[in-house]
Amino acid sequence: MKQMLTGNTAAAWGARLADVDYIPAFPITPQTEIIETLAQWAAAGEIPARFVTLDSEHSMLTAGGAAAAAGARVFTATSSQGLLYGFELLYTVAGWRVPFVLVNVSRGLASPITLEPDHNDVLAARDSGCLQIHAETCQEVFDSILMAYRIAEDPRVLLPVIVNLDGFSLSFTREPVELPAVAAASIYLGEYAPGHAWIRGERPMAQGVAVLGGAVYSYFRYQMQLAAENALTVHEEAAAAFETMFGRRYGLVDGYRLDDAELVLVMSNSFATKGRAAVDLARSEGVRLGLLRLRLLRPFPREAIRRALAGRRAVAVIDQNLSIGLGGITVGEVAHALYAERDRPPLLSYVGGLGGKEISDQEFRRIVSDLMLAAATGETPPPRLLFTAAEARQMQTLLSIAGKEGAG
Amino acid sequence: MSTSTFIAERHPSDPLFRADRLPHIWCPGCGIGPAMHAYAQAMVESEIPLARHVCVSGIGCTGRVPGYLNMDSYHTTHGRAIPFATAIAIVKPELEVTVYSGDGDLFAIGGNHFIHAARRNVDLNVICINNFNYGMTGGQVGPTTPMGARATTAPFGNYEQPFNLPYLAAATGAVFVARWTSLHLRQLKQAFLRAMKKRGFTFVEVLAPCPVGFGRPNDIGDAMEEMTLYRERCVVDASARLDSLDIDLRDKERPITLGNFVDIERPVFDPLAMMRPAGERENHAALAGKTQEG
Repeated sequence: MKQMLTGNTAAAWGARLADVDYIPAFPITPQTEIIETLAQWAAAGEIPARFVTLDSEHSMLTAGGAAAAAGARVFTATSSQGLLYGFELLYTVAGWRVPFVLVNVSRGLASPITLEPDHNDVLAARDSGCLQIHAETCQEVFDSILMAYRIAEDPRVLLPVIVNLDGFSLSFTREPVELPAVAAASIYLGEYAPGHAWIRGERPMAQGVAVLGGAVYSYFRYQMQLAAENALTVHEEAAAAFETMFGRRYGLVDGYRLDDAELVLVMSNSFATKGRAAVDLARSEGVRLGLLRLRLLRPFPREAIRRALAGRRAVAVIDQNLSIGLGGITVGEVAHALYAERDRPPLLSYVGGLGGKEISDQEFRRIVSDLMLAAATGETPPPRLLFTAAEARQMQTLLSIAGKEGAG
Repeated sequence: MSTSTFIAERHPSDPLFRADRLPHIWCPGCGIGPAMHAYAQAMVESEIPLARHVCVSGIGCTGRVPGYLNMDSYHTTHGRAIPFATAIAIVKPELEVTVYSGDGDLFAIGGNHFIHAARRNVDLNVICINNFNYGMTGGQVGPTTPMGARATTAPFGNYEQPFNLPYLAAATGAVFVARWTSLHLRQLKQAFLRAMKKRGFTFVEVLAPCPVGFGRPNDIGDAMEEMTLYRERCVVDASARLDSLDIDLRDKERPITLGNFVDIERPVFDPLAMMRPAGERENHAALAGKTQEG
């Protein structure tokens, strides 16, 4: 039976049905509803987890990693500034090779301060060793958390997994979500046998030691790279088992009307829903447009992306992030996947939806016309920021109120 | 008998606030507004020109205060108001720097900075609006939530020992420590004035109602009821033992003790002078004196 759940509540249900042992928590908008929901359940005795509020995200992630190292199944959640405040631990804990699931509710980074979504927060963590699954719907949030435990805990992987959902557009939006029975979720995840857990009294070990000279360090860092690559296979196994039990199938990437598409939009997270609408609109006007949604960001499914995009006439990546001084982040990664391809399409780069800014039909139309021109000429236009004339006028008004005319 | 309507076009404190930023974001009955006004009045009465006052906050409901004040003000990252203010106080010693932030920002994520700034006796005023919860995120348990009080992440009552803030401030080295409430606005303004006059690390805790985040789950009907609670339960005792200042709202017999508890002198943090050999310190002090006079 489906229930109407917010993305945040769906995330809490993911933790609940994964039967977690320990939840270190710290509030931050727009994530707080997740930990509030879990606190209510823990206080009412509905879940057996130990719920503990900590003093910051830094201590929260430290505690989460330590409990995972002691063999507890750990869930925690944060957002934006909180993720950055705990950043040191993302790298450290991934290096401990402990599995746990961290939900990030995406929110643009300061400054200026905002509460609305873009992906600079979660993508800042892309090199940390934490794997990343980005969800488009509330159902996918829940499903991805269950899958994430299975991937993280696999002995071939043993890395933390970040499941990402967009603040506001997913965190506070109710959608129908199918929740499995407790027993079914339990069968899917299996008995938790934390073979990696080294914090136990009977076998003392010195951990977290420094290694100088580089060779030992290189060995352990490369082990993480190999483990992350293994996660591509493990994700496919977890997805197949998930489909068998629950009927929903998740790929490394997700395609929409791709089969005969000549032009392709590449997007991620909940704004991909706007991309689907743009595809439908273009199709209704006879343009063979499709959408590729990036779902697994780490490990980066280079081969799946290459297969999905090779041979298209033109591809536009819409990055909902901005690497200052570079431009969009994922367009470079997609380009990397396509570089060796003899038949690679022109790759157009757009940055849009920063701070949750709407991407209008008008902006999608512009992208489609750019794609058609690139397909016809083989020329790639320079990267663009999606920003409408109306928004520019509004900005001029604000600047004049602030006495900064001419500054824009 | 004639009746007339009196409409004030202007408020005497208007120049102190950014009218274009109003209405403010705080909920009806919130205690931050009156305490902000007491701070604004104290600035005017401090005889320190407004242009030399700086207000710094972290994140949270109280963190919005500097944005409404018509002065140099900074809204920093969560917990980081004190290191921000410390740097200003050190590079611009002629400024009167006040950190105006909430209990969650100053004592959970920012707790480390508080104890070290107090230990060093940095020339700062720290004003903490304590409403016993994380207000802006919607009423979660924090490090000042009284034992037994309910919060969205402690639905059956907090079971962690909260901080006794005046005791913490005094123990870590603050030279002036006071606690008042948003009901005791005259005493509060006087405490702010004393803090502004005094060099070194001063701390004023302001107990304030949060009717939506804290009052509602704790059967305190509205802000008036919390103000009544303050009127009935608060006692002023500046000589009270600092370790007796815990707040326990469950125990109706237990008073909430207010007062200016600590007012002492200690060397004020000044790396330019303190790092140098003793002889040069005197030269620096003379130079600093000359600069201030000039």
